[in-house]
Amino acid sequence: MTQQKNRIIGPVLRNIVKIRDVRKNAEKLGERTFEQAQIANVFLSGIADFYLFMWRTTREAFSRDFEFREFFRQCYLIGYKTVPLISVTGLIIGLVLTIQLRPALADFGAVSMLPGMVAQSIIREMGPVITGLICAGRVGSGMGAELGSMKVSEQIDAMEVSSTNPMRFLVVTRVLAATLMIPILVLYADALGILGSWAGANIKGDVTFVLFFSQAFSAIDFLDLFPAIIKTFFFGAAIGFVGCYKGYTAGRGTESVGKAANSAVVLSSLLVIIIDLVAVQITDML
Amino acid sequence: MKAMNGILVNEVVTTPKQVVEIENLSIGFEKEKVLDDLSLKLFNGENLVVLGQSGSGKSVLIKCIVRLLAPDAGTIKVFGENVNELSRNGLAELRKKIGFLFQSGALYDSMTIRENLEFPLKRIRKELTKREINEKVEEALGNVGLADTSDKMPSQLSGGMRKRVSLARTVVVDPLIMLYDEPTTGLDPLTSDEISELINEVKKKYKTSSLIITHDIECARATADRIIMLQNGEVYLEGKLEDFEKSPDVFIKSFFK
Ligand SMILES: Nc1ncnc2c1ncn2[C@@H]1O[C@H](COP(=O)(O)OP(=O)(O)O)[C@@H](O)[C@H]1O
Ligand SMILES: [Mg+2]
Repeated sequence: MTQQKNRIIGPVLRNIVKIRDVRKNAEKLGERTFEQAQIANVFLSGIADFYLFMWRTTREAFSRDFEFREFFRQCYLIGYKTVPLISVTGLIIGLVLTIQLRPALADFGAVSMLPGMVAQSIIREMGPVITGLICAGRVGSGMGAELGSMKVSEQIDAMEVSSTNPMRFLVVTRVLAATLMIPILVLYADALGILGSWAGANIKGDVTFVLFFSQAFSAIDFLDLFPAIIKTFFFGAAIGFVGCYKGYTAGRGTESVGKAANSAVVLSSLLVIIIDLVAVQITDML
Repeated sequence: MKAMNGILVNEVVTTPKQVVEIENLSIGFEKEKVLDDLSLKLFNGENLVVLGQSGSGKSVLIKCIVRLLAPDAGTIKVFGENVNELSRNGLAELRKKIGFLFQSGALYDSMTIRENLEFPLKRIRKELTKREINEKVEEALGNVGLADTSDKMPSQLSGGMRKRVSLARTVVVDPLIMLYDEPTTGLDPLTSDEISELINEVKKKYKTSSLIITHDIECARATADRIIMLQNGEVYLEGKLEDFEKSPDVFIKSFFK
């Protein structure tokens, strides 16, 4: 009798255990899905927030009172912060590219193509991207930290109650300054890169300045320069928007200043690379 | 007719006008209620001290008055105008009449002391000439005893000096209402007394009505015409200083020991 009972109950019990397991797993899965959904939700609302921020900034940029003084101050600061760094980097990149390329070209007996190739790679790619990344680090983090600390220490609130629109005074000026200054810095970096390349070419062999430059510039045409400059405007805007957004929306504690600066660098560097990718695809189609 | 006018004038004099009127204000963050059905009035020409522990929502309360925060429910009227129904321009106009002294001072780090004072002046009092602005800045800095600091940066000043500069920056535009967010917090007793004195001077000199938010009893004693105690987002007790000093209530006593 009891054996029979066991024979019936046994499988049932085992099944119940299984069902419980399934339920546990399902619950876990549900929780995980919920967590994922929440992360996705935060992520998406972050993107929506960022778009709204860009839209508000653009709208404010077209209002009557433009803060010229603050705009020029920001232009100056962006240049002041990055010029030394960009000078050194530009020179070294040109120098290194030349030294690295020379043996490869020598194998083909094409050393005479050296100036043109280096100039092309600097103007199309190295100049814009490296300047963009340096500015993302220097300018983006600076804006994130500055606006973040202004937010935490109530300076933005103070502006607002003294009849100043902080979006207009702080954000519009910074975004426009970055959009204008970064292309200029890129051109500067390009020029120094080619100068560095000339120096590199002079380590082995002897090329006159004039010859080197006429060779370098004859290799560059409008379709090299134009898309490369256009994309740098987007680099500048991306760095300005991200830096300001991260600072402006910083939380309430002091630690959020560091977070704002940090995430401004990460996101704006990433955006520079992505914009570069998109720009390359578009120029390829032209 | 004359007699009637006389009566009218009398009435105006005897019943003080309310400049700020808050009714049934409620506000919370992430489901947590900070202020719950709070009502209070600020009358013309008085110093009203709002006492409360830190975290009781005092800063939230005055930020609602200038609409840096929007309440979940309730109305706030300043000079009879509903703050939350104002247009953008209307709000800007109203804010020009209100001076806000922030808890942290909120001096602009990237500007000198002079530029800090010029910033609101140039934007709120657009009619002033350069010379008048200069004079006003000098005078305001002189009033807080810091005339010689005008070319320094905020980071070069001590905490008490920064608070005084901040006060100068707030009163330089001649506001009608002053909102002080913990003016003496974080300062030594001597500097605190100086700030309290300055608050009283501002009231005398500029005939402002002031709302002083604090948890510093000494500051309340020195400046208050009337006191409101906040607890759990509601008004716990309202009255004159004597009412508070004499109160048998344990909570009040713990404050006024
Ligand atoms: N902008 C905000 N976002 C979220 N929570 C806030 C905000 N402002 C204030 N709080 C919360 O409201 C409560 C009251 O804050 P506050 O008014 O600053 O207190 P205090 O009386 O010390 O000035 C605190 O718990 C604070 O965390
Ligand atoms: Mg506070």
